Amino acid sequence: MNILKFFTAGSVDDGKSTLIGRLLYDTDSILADQLEALQSSNRKNDDGSIDLAILTDGLRAEREQGITIDVAYKYFQTEKRKFIIADTPGHIQYTRNMVTGASTANLAIILIDARNGVVEQTIRHSYIVSLLGIKHVVVCINKMDMVDYSETVYSSIIEKYKILAQQLKLADVTYIPVSALKGDNVVQASENMDWYEGESLLHFLEKVDTDSLDKSQLARMPVQWVVRPQTDELHDYRGYAGRVLSGTFNLNDKVTVLPSGASSTVEKIDFFDQTLDAAHAGQSVIIHLKDDVDISRGDTIVNASALPQETKLIEADLCWMDTRALDTSIMYNIQHNSKITKCKISEILHKVDINTLEKHAADEFKLNDIGRVIVKTADALAFDLYDDNRANGSAILVDSRTNLTVGALMFRAAVE
Amino acid sequence: MSTYNFDYLDELEAEAIHILREVAGQFEKPALLFSGGKDSITLVRLAEKAFRPGKFPFPLVHIDTGHNFEETITYRDQMIERIGEKLIVGSVQESIDQGKVVEQTGKNASRNALQTVTLLDTIAKYGFDACIGGARRDEEKARAKERIFSVRDEFGQWDPKRQRPELWNIYNGKIHKGENIRVFPISNWTELDVWNYIRREKIDLPSIYFSHERDCITRNGQLMAASPFLNMDDEDVVERKQVRFRTVGDMSCTAAVESDAFLIDDIISEISASKISERGARMDDKVSEAAMEDRKKGGYF
Repeated sequence: MNILKFFTAGSVDDGKSTLIGRLLYDTDSILADQLEALQSSNRKNDDGSIDLAILTDGLRAEREQGITIDVAYKYFQTEKRKFIIADTPGHIQYTRNMVTGASTANLAIILIDARNGVVEQTIRHSYIVSLLGIKHVVVCINKMDMVDYSETVYSSIIEKYKILAQQLKLADVTYIPVSALKGDNVVQASENMDWYEGESLLHFLEKVDTDSLDKSQLARMPVQWVVRPQTDELHDYRGYAGRVLSGTFNLNDKVTVLPSGASSTVEKIDFFDQTLDAAHAGQSVIIHLKDDVDISRGDTIVNASALPQETKLIEADLCWMDTRALDTSIMYNIQHNSKITKCKISEILHKVDINTLEKHAADEFKLNDIGRVIVKTADALAFDLYDDNRANGSAILVDSRTNLTVGALMFRAAVE
Repeated sequence: MSTYNFDYLDELEAEAIHILREVAGQFEKPALLFSGGKDSITLVRLAEKAFRPGKFPFPLVHIDTGHNFEETITYRDQMIERIGEKLIVGSVQESIDQGKVVEQTGKNASRNALQTVTLLDTIAKYGFDACIGGARRDEEKARAKERIFSVRDEFGQWDPKRQRPELWNIYNGKIHKGENIRVFPISNWTELDVWNYIRREKIDLPSIYFSHERDCITRNGQLMAASPFLNMDDEDVVERKQVRFRTVGDMSCTAAVESDAFLIDDIISEISASKISERGARMDDKVSEAAMEDRKKGGYF
């Protein structure tokens, strides 16, 4: 059994929280006391049934206003798979929360209200999915019960969406007509839409391939911590602890340590009481090298045959996440895995109007703005392009005045 | 390229180890908050996997309400002996003796709320800049929104509206003097995941997690262990019951469930079939719909 992390884009009006509530409810993932709290709550649907949306609204302000403000994480499992849902708000003022939720997801659910079709926010949500490089997209055309379960309505919406998907280079898109409120095609196949031959949403989520990231040939491990027991029996022990971001390290593989460029060979891989022949993407291990090279936190061990980019000037997409606008005259901290260095945003190439996808010149970056910039770093970063290797192609900006995380960066090119 | 089997427990484990190592790398004076419950016991195993054969780069800190199950303290002391790491105990009794907090009175008196003061005092006394805890997002809806690196101001307060965005697997641990960060490495685990992990790793637990006979009274529909720490009166009827505990808090706020689960396999089947969620056995969450959110804003774990 493995884990599928997905995120849902859509606003309350699209029935997003109801859809998640429905997934939890119909998979028996709501426990009795939560159900009791739900039933005793004052919020009910018009027909008196339980308002499933309450299940995902965690904070007091969210319950009071009936909206989702922040990312909420929800968990459920079936016999086939464990699921982690990042439930994010859909309104434009919460774009940064959507970017946050999308950053760890390997699948996105985009909700479209069948009565409204592809609208401005559909474009915005789909753009974020493409920006964050989420591989699989499921477009749920919701509220089919409100359009008499009409195949014509469904077909015309997906025709429109296909144009958008092509424009955004979304390769793997699946379309499912649902009614989250009534439960059609969420967990159980709908009896109201004979014309739909595909699977229910849950069945699709249970079988979609998730290990696509693991096939990368780019072996990368940022060093987080050096393990040196310095005891009598282990006084020569020196292991580099980290999580393999991508690719595989095998025993005797030739590796390069960046930024120093030192070469060595993998001598031993420890994992608690085991020694391993290989360390694969996702594993947290301790690697020993044959040669005595100087390595500390912030360095990256990579396979010598596929070196990452190494520059101080990087072209990147930036999503601004702070209420205080970007200041191109000051230094920020940039955090790229375990490496932290200073940087400046030296140039704003363009900003994207995420409702229309139009690019335009800009000289300021405010909360929720997204666009292309040039980042100039104090130390060179050993990175890959985001599309090649998400885990080694992303970074955050931290404002040293407030310590807040103010920007999300996706590396698009090394600038020569 | 070789294939390898990396299942959901491996993935959760690897993520937690990564988070623990980030704490070690980013902070000067971290600590691991140890309650003696299964979640913090799991954290100890994860710390072993993150740092052995080296020492932990942090001490364990136990906030002792003085109303413990004896089995928990015995377990704690044996575990510390086995792993050879440092334990710091912050005592709620001491906070009471110093007049910093006042013992609650009445039938439902508990020291649960008093722990926050002792916790904050202990953090201040030792200057901890990061405190690792075993909270999980599946426990409760306010926790579902909390970050893995969660900033607390110098009054220990969590501000849900000013949380930092947390992207990819990058954790921003930068703080101002006086602030600290609570770190939750098993945020993405469910109760069942923890139990499956404990079974897989063959981790010993305090005996109160398993079915045993105990004198209990029924309070507000919940079974409470009869103990000197519970304010009892003539209306309380003590009954001998076959019970176990799903969570381990102090004796005055942790309810038992009737259970015949003697083995970990029995517990896993019991939880899989259960219709009461874990925190349903915590009186402290029943106060209001926002009980946890309010306590977290006040500095609670």
